[in-house]
Amino acid sequence: MRRVFPAVTCVTMLAALYLIFMVVPTEQQMGIVQRIFYFHVSSAWMAFLGFFLVAGASAVYLWNGSRGADRLAEAAAEVGVLFCSLVLVTGPIWARPIWGVWWTWDPRLTMTVILWAIYASYLMLRAFGGEDEAVQRYAAVLGIIGVLDIPIIMVSVRLLRGMHPAVIARNEGGSGLVDPWMRIALVVSAVALILVGSWLMQLRVRASRLAEEMAALRRETEARQGEVA
Amino acid sequence: MRGALAIFRKDMSIEWRTREGLSSVLVLGLLLLVVLTVAYDAPPEAAPALVPSVLWATFLFTGLLGVQRGFLLERENDCLSGLLVSPIDPAAIYLGKLAANVALLAVMQLVVVPLVGLFLHLDLMPVLPGLLVVLALGNLGFAALATLFAAISVRVRAREVMLPLLLLPLLVPLLIGTVSATRSVLAGGLTLASDALGVLACFDVIFAVAGWLLFAYVVRD
Repeated sequence: MRRVFPAVTCVTMLAALYLIFMVVPTEQQMGIVQRIFYFHVSSAWMAFLGFFLVAGASAVYLWNGSRGADRLAEAAAEVGVLFCSLVLVTGPIWARPIWGVWWTWDPRLTMTVILWAIYASYLMLRAFGGEDEAVQRYAAVLGIIGVLDIPIIMVSVRLLRGMHPAVIARNEGGSGLVDPWMRIALVVSAVALILVGSWLMQLRVRASRLAEEMAALRRETEARQGEVA
Repeated sequence: MRGALAIFRKDMSIEWRTREGLSSVLVLGLLLLVVLTVAYDAPPEAAPALVPSVLWATFLFTGLLGVQRGFLLERENDCLSGLLVSPIDPAAIYLGKLAANVALLAVMQLVVVPLVGLFLHLDLMPVLPGLLVVLALGNLGFAALATLFAAISVRVRAREVMLPLLLLPLLVPLLIGTVSATRSVLAGGLTLASDALGVLACFDVIFAVAGWLLFAYVVRD
């Protein structure tokens, strides 16, 4: 599994890149810059997946105190913030030529930046909260509160003025993805980025498990050395 | 319920005897109002349009200070451990603290809101009933989250920056809701504000219940 996962991820990623740059036709109105959309939307999906994983793992951790759940919550938060940052970087690159501005306080943009801030503060709490084990519990509480905030943020930002295109709208305008290859490219990109995200999370969980084992071994060695002396 | 009432009464009598939290919150609220109105420097005819944003920005930052103080107090002489060994359910402690914070913030609003009207040339009397509803919903939502996170922030390192850092992003939907609701109320009464009031009511209910359920995990040792 550990060998196969990176290989599958690489192949899917290459397929996504090939589709985006070689197969998909150039969008008529927006031109070449529209091609960034495939990774922009896929990153957003991966970020959401990460944030929901944080909440799920946090709930499990509060329920039974499992170390694995705590490690998964931290890894998912880091990967979620990473992909949320990608959304916030790729978005303005597209927005500048299309809207004429890098940033606007559109509902979706506002929501993304709030979510980014919530989970960045989650990582800050973990990093600067101290060594105490209670910090992990506090982080779990924040992980659950954060996901409860998501639907309220979604509703509240509708009170703002908006101009963001709807990607998968079911209304008359359609999604704007007229060519079937565009839809295929979006799906393949989404799978590719979710694989990358899962791979990163798996590596991150393993790294923190090894770090904990290291710390335990070091304590043990020090205790033995104390006995000898 | 009796436990929550006892906590509430305890906090109120501490506040009544020292008047420390209330006076610092009132002065800070006044200062923020002055800072914001001076910074906007709006011409008199444009000033009333600033009322929603100035009012809620002041409320948010003043509230952060007031709520944090309520838990810093429990750190002295390790009072929180005393509370936890007392035969009171953690959920009841949360409710008592929440009630104390709501009361403190309400007194603060009582002073800040007339001053906002005064500074920004807006007669608030005709819209008072609608405004009171928005103020109460905003107050409760803020206190519900702030009570939970104040308990967290006083027990971690870097506690002065931790509370605003954790709380402000979570409070943005409340800010959007209260500003939008206040604007609608000022424009034509509560009926215009129904969407925003719905958001606020959801926020209040979800986070009061979540705080009530999760508080035990925060204070447990």
